[in-house]
Amino acid sequence: MSATELDTLIGRKWRKPPFVRNATLRWGLTAGFVIYLIAAYMTIEVNWSRVYEGLDRGAAFVMAFMSPDFLTRWGDIRDGMIESVVMTVAASVVGIAISIPIGLGAARNIAPMPVYLICRAIVAVSRALQEIIVAILLVAIFGFGPLAGFLTLSFATIGFLSKLLAEDIESMDKTQAEAIRASGARWTQWINYGVQPQVLPRLIGLSIYRVDINFRESAILGLVGAGGIGATLNTAFDRYEYDTAAAILLIIIVIVMALEYISGIIRAKVQ
Amino acid sequence: MPVLTTDKGAVWRRRTTGQSLFHWFIWLVGIAIFVVCWQQISEATTWFFVWDAPRIAGDIWSRATPPKWDYIAQLGRPIWDTLNIATLGTIIALFMAIPVAFLAARNTTPSKLFIRPIALFIIVATRSINSLIWALLLIAIIGPGVFAGVIAISIRSVGFCAKLLYEAIEEIQESQVEAITATGASRWQVMAYGIVPQVLPALAGIAVFRWDINIRESTVLGLVGAGGIGLQLSASLNVLAWPQVSLILLVILAAVVLGEWVSAKVRAAII
Amino acid sequence: MLKLKKLVKTYRTGDQALKAIDLEIPAGQVLALIGPSGAGKSTMIRCINRLVEPTSGEVWLAERELTHLGSGALRRARREMGMIFQEYALVERLSVMENVLSGRLGYVGFWRSFLRRYPQSDVDEAFRLLDRVGLVHMADKRADELSGGQRQRVGICRALIQNPKILLVDEPTASLDPKTSRQIMRLICELCAERGLAAIINIHDVALAQRFVQRVVGLRAGAIEFDGPPEGLTPDVLTTIYGEEDWEATIEKAEDEDEIEAAE
Repeated sequence: MSATELDTLIGRKWRKPPFVRNATLRWGLTAGFVIYLIAAYMTIEVNWSRVYEGLDRGAAFVMAFMSPDFLTRWGDIRDGMIESVVMTVAASVVGIAISIPIGLGAARNIAPMPVYLICRAIVAVSRALQEIIVAILLVAIFGFGPLAGFLTLSFATIGFLSKLLAEDIESMDKTQAEAIRASGARWTQWINYGVQPQVLPRLIGLSIYRVDINFRESAILGLVGAGGIGATLNTAFDRYEYDTAAAILLIIIVIVMALEYISGIIRAKVQ
Repeated sequence: MPVLTTDKGAVWRRRTTGQSLFHWFIWLVGIAIFVVCWQQISEATTWFFVWDAPRIAGDIWSRATPPKWDYIAQLGRPIWDTLNIATLGTIIALFMAIPVAFLAARNTTPSKLFIRPIALFIIVATRSINSLIWALLLIAIIGPGVFAGVIAISIRSVGFCAKLLYEAIEEIQESQVEAITATGASRWQVMAYGIVPQVLPALAGIAVFRWDINIRESTVLGLVGAGGIGLQLSASLNVLAWPQVSLILLVILAAVVLGEWVSAKVRAAII
Repeated sequence: MLKLKKLVKTYRTGDQALKAIDLEIPAGQVLALIGPSGAGKSTMIRCINRLVEPTSGEVWLAERELTHLGSGALRRARREMGMIFQEYALVERLSVMENVLSGRLGYVGFWRSFLRRYPQSDVDEAFRLLDRVGLVHMADKRADELSGGQRQRVGICRALIQNPKILLVDEPTASLDPKTSRQIMRLICELCAERGLAAIINIHDVALAQRFVQRVVGLRAGAIEFDGPPEGLTPDVLTTIYGEEDWEATIEKAEDEDEIEAAE
C-alpha cells in the first residue's frame, strides 16, 4: 500500500503549504493589503522639494549631536530637567500608591463583583486617554504648571500599573493562596501572606519601568504647558537651536539609560 | 540571624535590628524625597486656579456638551491620515528594526565589541524619545504634514520593536540552529531556516502590538502639526470650540478602543 | 574513513574535555561511544564537524583534513557528515518536509532554499526517505505536532538526505521511551547497513549499545578507556569507565532483552 502511495508522490512537485489555506481568502487579504498600501501612499502629500531642502537641516541636527551646546541655555535646561524629575518622582509615588488598591480591586479572583467593575472602569478610562490629551484638559482646568503634569502622570500610572497588577494576581498560583486561607487568616492577612509574596517582585519591576515611562512622558508634557523640559525643548526647535535641542535630548537619553540600568539591577535583586 | 537571644529566651523576628533600622531609614529617605518634590510642585502652582478648578471644570463640561455631531463629516480625512501614519509608520519601523535587532542580539551580532553597542545605542536613543518630540524635530527639518508624522512614528517604533525582537532572538533554541549548521548550510541559510522560523511568531506579535500603540500616538501627533486628527483637535482648542473638542475626543477614544480590539484579535489568531 | 589524530579540546574555562584522542573508523562501521556524562562524548562528535572548534589535533575524513578548512570548504565537508541530535533539534515551526529538505541546504543556493524551490530529485528523495521511516503521510504536518519517536525519524531523514559518508549521532534515544529507543536504534543501524554508512553513536544506555553495534569505545574524562567488540564489556571494563557499581544486572538485562526479542 505504501509503495503505491509513494509511487504517486515521486515526481510530483512539492510546495510549502500556504499559511492561509483558503485560496480566495489568501488572495483577498494580499490584494486588500496591496490596495490599501497604494491608497495610503497616494494620499500622503509629500513635498519632496521641501524634504530635499530639509536634508541640510537634518544634517545640521546630526552634526549638533556631535557638538551639543549645554551652556547657552543651561539655566532653562536645568530648571526644566529638575521640574521633569520632580514631576516624575511625585507622580510615580502617588500613582503607584493608588494603583495598588485599584489593582487588587480589579483582580476578579480576590475582589467582589461591584468593586471589580468600578476598578476595571477606572483602569479602562485611564488607559484609553493618552497622557497628552489628559494634560490638555488638566491644564485648561488647573492652569499652567507642573501640577497639571503631576496629575496627568499619576492618572496614567494608575491605568498602567493597576491593569498589570490585576492580571498578575489573576494568574497567580492558587494553591499558595489557598493554603494561607486554610490557616484561618482574615482577608488582609490572606493578601499579606498568600498574594503579596507572589506578586511583589513583578510589581517592583513594573513600578520601576513605570518610573522610566513617566520620565519620558514628562519630557513632552511641557508642549501643552504642563511643566517639565518639554517647553524648553519646543522653544529650542522653534528657534532652530539644534545644538541646545541635541543637548536636551542627550540628557534625556542618558537619564533613561541610567534608569534602565538601575531597574535591571533592582529587578535582578528582587527575583 | 533573625532569631534574637534576649533575657527572655530566643525571639524570632523577621529582620535583625540593623536590618530593620536600615529598612526604616530607606523609607524615611523616600518620604523625604517625595515631600521635597511635592513642595517644588506646590511652589510652582497658582493655588487660586486650583481652588477655582471645580467651577472651571463644570464650565468646560457645560460648553462641551452636547458634542457637535455634524462636525464628524469633516473628520473622515483626518482619521484616514491617522490610520496611515500608524500603519505605514509601523511597516517602515519593522523594516529598520529587523536588521538592528539581529545586530543587537548576542547570538547573531557580527561583532560584540563594535556593532552591538551601536545597535543598542540606536535602540535606547529612539526608544527614550517620545514620538511627539521626533515629530517636532522632523517638522523643523522637512516641514509639517502627514509625512513627518509617518517618519516620526517609525523612528520612535524602531527601538521598541528592535528591543523586543532581539530579546526573542536571544531566547531561541540553539540546538535547532546547530542542526541546520551541521547540514553544511551557509550563514544566510542558517538564518533563514534555523533562526527566522523561531522568531517569526514573536515578530508578528510585536508588529501588531506596536501598531496598536501607534494608533494611540498618531492621534495626538497633529498637536505639533504632524498630520492626522490631532490637527483638528489643536485647531478646535485654539478657538475654544469645545463642542468640536468633545466630539474629536470621542472619535479618538473610539479609534483607540477599535485599534486595541483589532490587535487583540490578530494576536489571538497568530498564537 | 574517519581518522582522529591527537584530538584535543580545552574549553576556555580550562576544562580539558578531550585529551589527545586517537581513533580510526573504517567505512561502514557502526561504533557506539559510551561513557559517563561529561566524559566528552558530545564534544568529540561536535569537534568532528566543528560545531565545536577543536583546540589541536587533526580530523581526517576520507582524504581531507578538516580542522584547517575555511568556511566554504568546511560547509562542503559538513555535507558529507549527517548529524542526528538528542531532543531531535528539528526546526519546530517548519513542516516535516521542510525539515527533511533542510538537509539539502549545503547543496542548494540561498534563494532556492529561501523560496523552497528544491530540485525535483531532492523532493523525490525526501519522499522516499519519509516513506522508508513510515512518515510519508505526515509530510505537511508541522514538526511540533509529531511525537518524540516520529520527530527523531524526521531527524534521521534530514541527516540521510545529505547523502553523507558518516553519521554523527548524539544521544539519539535520550528522551525516548525504551521501546521507541530500540526502534530508533534499529532503524539507524539498518539504514547504515543498507547504505554502507559509518556511524558514531553517542549513547549512555550500555545494554542498547551492546545489542546493535559491532564496536564499542568507552570514554572517561576525555580519554579512551576501552575499544573493542561489545562482548568485551565485562563488569571490570565498565567499572573502569563508569566507576564502581553492580554491572552484572546491566549485562544480564541485555541478554534478557535478546530473549524477549527472539520470543517476539
